[in-house]
Amino acid sequence: MSERYDTIVVGAGHNGLVCASLLGKAGRKVLVLEANDRVGGAAVTREFADGYSVSSCAHLLYQLQSQVTKDLGLKVELARDKLGTVALSADGKHVRINGNDVSGVGDEDVASYRDFRKRMTRFADLLKTYLNKTAPRLAKDASKSDMLTLAQLGFDIRRLGRKEMQEFLRLIGMNIRDEVTERFESDLLRGAVSFDAVLGTHLGPRSPNTIMTYLYRLAGSHARLSQPAGGMGSVTEALAHSARENGVTIRTGMKVKRIVVQNGRAAGVETESGETFSSRLVVSNADPKSTIMNLVGARNVETGFTRRVHHIRMRGDAAKLHLALDGLPSIAGVEKREFADRFVIAPDEVYVERAFNHAKYGETSAKPVFEITFPSFRDDSLAPTGKHVMSAIVQYVPYELREGWSDGARDAFTKLAIDTLSEYMPDLPQRITASELLTPADIEQQFHISGGHWHHGELVLDQFLFTRPVGGAHQYAMPLDGLYLCGAGTHPGGGVSGAAGRNAARAILKSEKVV
Amino acid sequence: MTIAEVEQGRLRSPFFPRQAELDRLFRWHEWKGYASADGFYDTTLEYFSVRNSTGVFDLTPMTKYRITGPDALDYLNRLVTRDMSKIKPGRVAYAVWCDDEGQVIDDGTIFHLRQGEYRLCSQERHMAWLTAAAIGMEVSIVDETEDVCGLAVQGPTSFSVLQAMGLDGIENLRPFGLTTFDFQGTELMVSRTGFTGDLGYELWLTPDKAIELWDALFDAGKLYGIMAMGTEALEHARVEAGFIAAYIDFLPADVTVRTGRSRSPLELGLEWLVDFKKPNFNGRRALAEEKRNGSAWRLVKLDIEGNKEAHNSYIYAGKKGGKNIGFVTSAMWSPVCKQNIALGTVQAPHGKVGDKLYVEIYYQREMHWSRVMAEATVVDKPFWDPPRKRATPPGPY
Repeated sequence: MSERYDTIVVGAGHNGLVCASLLGKAGRKVLVLEANDRVGGAAVTREFADGYSVSSCAHLLYQLQSQVTKDLGLKVELARDKLGTVALSADGKHVRINGNDVSGVGDEDVASYRDFRKRMTRFADLLKTYLNKTAPRLAKDASKSDMLTLAQLGFDIRRLGRKEMQEFLRLIGMNIRDEVTERFESDLLRGAVSFDAVLGTHLGPRSPNTIMTYLYRLAGSHARLSQPAGGMGSVTEALAHSARENGVTIRTGMKVKRIVVQNGRAAGVETESGETFSSRLVVSNADPKSTIMNLVGARNVETGFTRRVHHIRMRGDAAKLHLALDGLPSIAGVEKREFADRFVIAPDEVYVERAFNHAKYGETSAKPVFEITFPSFRDDSLAPTGKHVMSAIVQYVPYELREGWSDGARDAFTKLAIDTLSEYMPDLPQRITASELLTPADIEQQFHISGGHWHHGELVLDQFLFTRPVGGAHQYAMPLDGLYLCGAGTHPGGGVSGAAGRNAARAILKSEKVV
Repeated sequence: MTIAEVEQGRLRSPFFPRQAELDRLFRWHEWKGYASADGFYDTTLEYFSVRNSTGVFDLTPMTKYRITGPDALDYLNRLVTRDMSKIKPGRVAYAVWCDDEGQVIDDGTIFHLRQGEYRLCSQERHMAWLTAAAIGMEVSIVDETEDVCGLAVQGPTSFSVLQAMGLDGIENLRPFGLTTFDFQGTELMVSRTGFTGDLGYELWLTPDKAIELWDALFDAGKLYGIMAMGTEALEHARVEAGFIAAYIDFLPADVTVRTGRSRSPLELGLEWLVDFKKPNFNGRRALAEEKRNGSAWRLVKLDIEGNKEAHNSYIYAGKKGGKNIGFVTSAMWSPVCKQNIALGTVQAPHGKVGDKLYVEIYYQREMHWSRVMAEATVVDKPFWDPPRKRATPPGPY
């Protein structure tokens, strides 16, 4: 039995939910189909051991766009806001970063960091405007609004002033390593800033455009880190609630097998279970590769487009390590209250680069880098009383491990990661009661993201703005009538920001009038 | 074969030893890695063999791809603009393929050899594009250019030559049909196709029997005026037939850099090859839009007054000149039509059939240059289109 909707959204990730909710709010009849048993996509809170829960992928919120929360009237309850960063040193002489302030470094570094942050946030604010707009088309296909956006972008860059404009244009394609080594004396500070620039990417500090990725990270709330109460799943639960309030139907456990194409247009979806749903529009929250190659099928689109999609770089390198602990580990030089903050293991920029080297050749880092949080410290809901969970993003863990991913490979890397952590937290091994490692291969399998890349496509200049996901298809509409993308693979990109979902909804409402 | 073994770095066709014996001009050029003769005796003589007896042109350098697999038909239907499901086994289709912008990459012929087994022939090489088009499809594409050699046997006596060679049943082969014969234990494929606009055939087989085929053909053709021909003579014949050539009348879209320098099939007068009833093929969206909004260019066949060849001429809407509206891409005095003919490109909406245009011809007489504005009429039909081209069985000559 086929039911008819105006729009079907494939995938209830945060962008899919934002898009669905906004379409529902505008009066469209919307159905969201989610493969997994709960909404949220990769932005979920899952129990990984009896009584221990944690955000499965991203664990800190810092990019959620104010435009999104405003449009949907969304209130996110936070377990903790404005997390500081502790860049760990094995000898206990840590560097602490809070907003524009840094301590544990020399006076020159303090001033230099403030200067650096000031400039970066200024550039990031410029970028932010365009993250919340459809990226303009260029050349002969440009519409009036595209020309206006382009002109405004040019004007905004020019308005920075001559010197700052030059700096912006100089820095945007540069690597973060050149900038941090020029500016900072402290190894730990250089390491921590480099780490933030490459977090979640297949890039090292010496890779081009890692300043751009750093700016992207700031282009929400200036990287004001917060921890949602109940983990990331509560953010997507809130989005799902908003969508339902707006009349959207959400069905979970419905894995879409294919997007039905009839007479050269997307006409609905068929699920693994064999159910079909027809609709006027199909909006995919899945990544561009999965959407085009698996759900639509190359034969239903054109060759040039297929080739570009096929070549999207999206090899994930970020793994998630979850540990159930019977108590907090001890870290030399860290006070108990600081367990509410975030810890970074990236002793210097060379260490980070070396960690990346392995990933280029299908190996895991011998000395990985970490972003560590103890979410249960300020959120009782995540672990039994007196117990704790550790949630860590570990890099670099390649999607395509040369020897292939197996339980043995996963166990070996878990051990290596714990050994590395023990250098900073000597009693950690004794405190572990359970662990979970999600490699990019696991993330692909469990959250249906090609390559297990959180951002649905590497965030690099050739996959940014007018070329995200690919040139000629960057305004959410795909070159197949009735098909749209709304996920992180589209402009502006990944992170729990909701910008892509909101931009997509706006593009759909603008060009697809209800008949 | 290593580079060191190839003279001038050019591959030799398996027919080369025989061609070398006939060659009186020593004028060869490169065609996709192969040595290809401009001519052997005299361009005009060779040209007249096509129109009055039989000319034999070496097709070996023609790029040939074998396309097979469960998705072969779906693959070709997405690749080219025409409906390939209508091309049954034993039939050949002329086709064009476009990029996503609806701009022509190349034209060629697709042979439906056996059920689900195809050969695509084109002047240029296209492995990169064909491979990209195969992403997500179950299809195999094999370049068999070196494994298959070919001869075009073209002209009014070509049927008689093949009959004399002992190809029984060749009289039943219809235009754009293909059939196979046993030739000294090897399969010889014969298609009734060609690039001359006349009665003619193309013969295909493996290189090991190439010399034997050449000898059998020229033995059989002795009394029918058979003659080897080169590219220059073929070029005359194809302009008379109104056929377009890559790099002359259009540029493959994948080599153009400037916008507006490539052409769509609609602009090249090939709309009959575009089947909008197919839900998807490369370029469909762009071509549908072009059809709605109108094309920028139009390819025209021109019948020009006088006898001065209009090579590279500008085309004008009025005799007084003014702003030019296009240019000539191929031009010649046609001996067989007794007409001054040309192919050209003009800005739409100019160039409708029957339009009177003007071409600005520069010509040289004893070093001195002169100029004439000649009236040119846009014509619809090929300049040379004899009924024998279509007759089955073709009559003896």
